[in-house]
Amino acid sequence: MTRSFLQFASLSFAVLVGSSLQATAADDTGHAQFLKYGCWQCHGTEGQGTSAGPKLAPEPLPYEAFSAFVRSSSRQMPPFREQVLPDQDLQAIHAYLSSRPPAVDVKKFIDP
Amino acid sequence: MANTRGSSRRVFLKTVVAAGATGTVAGAQVANAAGPAEHLDLPPPKPSALPPNAQVAAAEVGQVPNAPEESRKPGSDFMVDVMKSLNFDYLLTNPASSVRSFHESLINYGGNKMPEMLTCMHEESAIGMAHGYFKITGKPIPVLVHGTVGLQHATMGIFNAWCDRVPIIVIGGNHLDAATRPPGVPTFHAAQDPNAIIRDFTKWDDQPVSLNHFAQSMVRAYRIAMTPPYEPVAISLDAGLQEVPYPKGEKLQIPKYVASAPPQADAAALREAAKLLAEAENPVIIADRAARTPAGMRLVTELAETLQAPVVDQLGRLNIATNHYLNQSSRGRALVSQADVVLGLELSDFWGTVNGYIDNEENHGHGIQERGTKPSAKLISISATELLSKSNFQDFQRFQPVDIGMAGDAEASLPLLIEYVKSALPAGKKDALSQRAERHKKAWAENRARSIAAAGIAWDAQPISTARLCAEIWNQIKGEDWSMVSRDSFHSSWPTRLWPFDKYYQFIGASGGYGVGYGAPAAVGAALANRAFGRFSLNIQSDGDLMYAPGVLWTAAHHKIPMLNVMHNNRGYHQEVMHVQRMSNRHDRVANLGGGSVPVGTGIENPNIDYAKLASSLGMWSAGPITDPKDLAPALKRAVEVVKGGEPALVDVVCQPR
Repeated sequence: MTRSFLQFASLSFAVLVGSSLQATAADDTGHAQFLKYGCWQCHGTEGQGTSAGPKLAPEPLPYEAFSAFVRSSSRQMPPFREQVLPDQDLQAIHAYLSSRPPAVDVKKFIDP
Repeated sequence: MANTRGSSRRVFLKTVVAAGATGTVAGAQVANAAGPAEHLDLPPPKPSALPPNAQVAAAEVGQVPNAPEESRKPGSDFMVDVMKSLNFDYLLTNPASSVRSFHESLINYGGNKMPEMLTCMHEESAIGMAHGYFKITGKPIPVLVHGTVGLQHATMGIFNAWCDRVPIIVIGGNHLDAATRPPGVPTFHAAQDPNAIIRDFTKWDDQPVSLNHFAQSMVRAYRIAMTPPYEPVAISLDAGLQEVPYPKGEKLQIPKYVASAPPQADAAALREAAKLLAEAENPVIIADRAARTPAGMRLVTELAETLQAPVVDQLGRLNIATNHYLNQSSRGRALVSQADVVLGLELSDFWGTVNGYIDNEENHGHGIQERGTKPSAKLISISATELLSKSNFQDFQRFQPVDIGMAGDAEASLPLLIEYVKSALPAGKKDALSQRAERHKKAWAENRARSIAAAGIAWDAQPISTARLCAEIWNQIKGEDWSMVSRDSFHSSWPTRLWPFDKYYQFIGASGGYGVGYGAPAAVGAALANRAFGRFSLNIQSDGDLMYAPGVLWTAAHHKIPMLNVMHNNRGYHQEVMHVQRMSNRHDRVANLGGGSVPVGTGIENPNIDYAKLASSLGMWSAGPITDPKDLAPALKRAVEVVKGGEPALVDVVCQPR
C-alpha cells in the first residue's frame, strides 16, 4: 500500500515535472517567437492587448481560427505569410498565448 | 501767476510720473499678492484688470512723459512697460544676444516681475512650456528667442501650437540695420524677414520699427492670438530699437487692450441644426477642441443631457467628464455607424471621424477607405478653424462634405444651440429621452467593467503593464487635487479609462501637430501653472519624447516646479517600431532587429538610458529604473512626498510598449 502509493506519487511527480518542463520549454520557445516576429509590439509581451492591437491571451482563439487570421488578415494587422512566419513558429506562439495566466481581479484595487 | 501755474504743472506732472511708475510695479505686486484668479471661465480669457501704469494712465490724456530725473532710457524699458500692461505672469527664454537690451530691462527695470523670466535650455522647450501653461490657465506666455537660430529651434513647437489652436506670443530678436549692426555673429543671425519661416503656422506677425509701433503690435498680437481660433503670433524685435535711448519728449502710448468677442455661428444655421438634433433618434455629439474653458465643458455636457445624446470625446480638450454616463468615447465607431445625426464640435479631422481607414496593402497599397455612417445620416459641423486656414501645411485634413456647416467658435455657439434644441424638442419625446438615458447608463457601466477586467491581464508582467502602471499611480494620487499634464494615448488610454476626470484642468489634451518633443516641456509648463493653484501635477512621460530636449527637467528643478514625472520607458520610438514591422510584413520580410528587440533604427536600447540618473544630474529627485511591479508603489509613494514638498521628482519605470 505504502509502496504503491509512493510509486504512484513518484510517477505522478515525474509526470508533473515532465509536463511542467515541457510547458516551460514551449513557453520559452513561443515567447521567443512572439518577440522575434514583432507580435508583442501591438499586443503586448503577454498578448494582453493594447490600444494598438486587441487582446490575444489568456484564452486565445482556437489555433485554426488564429492561424487563418494571421495568414490572411485584410484588416489593420498585416498578414504574416508562411515564408516570413513558419507554421512551427506560429504553433509555438499559440502555445505561449495558451499558457498565459488568467487576469487578476483588480476591481478592489482600482475601484475600492 | 504764469510762473506759478507753470511750476505747479511741472510738479503735478512729476508727481503723476512718479506715482505711475511705482504704480506699474506696485500693481503687479498687488496682482501677485492676490494670487492668480481661478481657472479662467467665460467670458474668454484676457489679462486681468490692473491699475493703469504710468504709460497707460498718461496715454488716456495724451502724451506719455519720460522720467525727467533719469538719463535717457533705452527703448527696451518702454517695451517692458508694454509687457506689464498685458499682465503676463511669466516670460520664457533661452538667452540671446539679439534681445540683450530687452532682457536687461526685464530683470532690472522691470524687477523680474510680471513677467518673471524662466530659463529654458532649448527654444522648443520654451514654446512647449508656454503651450502647456496656456491649457491650464487660459493665459498666453511670451517666449523670447534669438531671431534666426533660436526661431529655427522653436519652429516645431510653434507648429504644434498652431495645430492645437493655442496662442503663444513669440518675440524674436533681430538686427535690422545692416549699416550699424555688429559684424560677425549678429549679422549671421540677422534676417530681412525672420518671421517668414513660421508664417505658414502663425496667425499674424510684425516687425515694429518704432516704439509706438511696438506697443500697438504687441497689443494687437495679444488680441489676435486670443480671439478664437486661438493661434500663435510673432513679433520681431529690432536690437537697435531696444538699445537706442528714445528722445526726451517722444510721445509714447500703450493702446488699451480689450478682448474681442469670439465669433458665434450663424443663428439661422444653429436653429436648423437644433431641429435636426431634436428630431433625431440616434444623435451623436463628437467633440475635439470644443471646450476652450471649464464653461465649455459644462455646455457640452448640458447639450448632451438635453438630448440624452452620447458624446465621443476625442480629447483635444476635456469636453465631458470621463465618469459621466453620456461619455461613450470607447464606442465611437459603433455610435457613428448607427447615428442619424452627427454633430462635430471643433473637430480636427471630420473625415477621419465619419470614415474608416485601414492602413494595409489593399486597394493597390492605398489601404481600405470605407464610409462609417449610414448614407442617410446628417452631418453638422461647428468649427472656428474654417475662419482661418492656410495652404501649405495640411492640418485641415481631408475634405468632408457636411449638411450644415458653421464657421464659428463652438463654445461661443453652444448656449444658443442649447436654447434652440430645448425649444425644438417635441413634447412627446420625454419617454424616448428617458429610455436613451437608461441605455447609455447601462453601456457606460458595462464598458467600465470591461476596462477594469482588462486591466488585470498581465498584471504581474515584466516589463510592467501600462494598466498596472496607471492603477498604481492612481492609488498614490487619488487623494490629491491632481492634474494630469500629459496625453494618455501612448499608454493605451488607461488614465481616461480608469480615473474620474471631471475637472477641466485634469487633462490638457495632446500636442496638436504630433511633433514629438512636446510632451516634457508642455508638462512642465502646465505644472508651472498648477503650482499657483496648489495642484498636484502628474506627467506620464514617454522616453523618446523626453530625449529631444531633456534640459527641461533642469528648468523644472531650477524654478522649483513641483510635478511627478513617471517614465513610460518602453525603450523605443514605438509608433515607428510598428510602422517598420508593418512594412516588413507587407514586403514579406522578417524585420531586421540588429541584435536588439525592435527593428533597426527604432530602438532606444544598447545602452539603455538611465532616466533616474539623467534626472538626478539635472537636480531632480529620482528613482528607478523599476522593472518589478512590486517595487512600483513604494517608489511612487516616496516621489509623491517629494512633490508635495514643492520639488519635482522622476520615477523611471520599464514598461510595456503601449
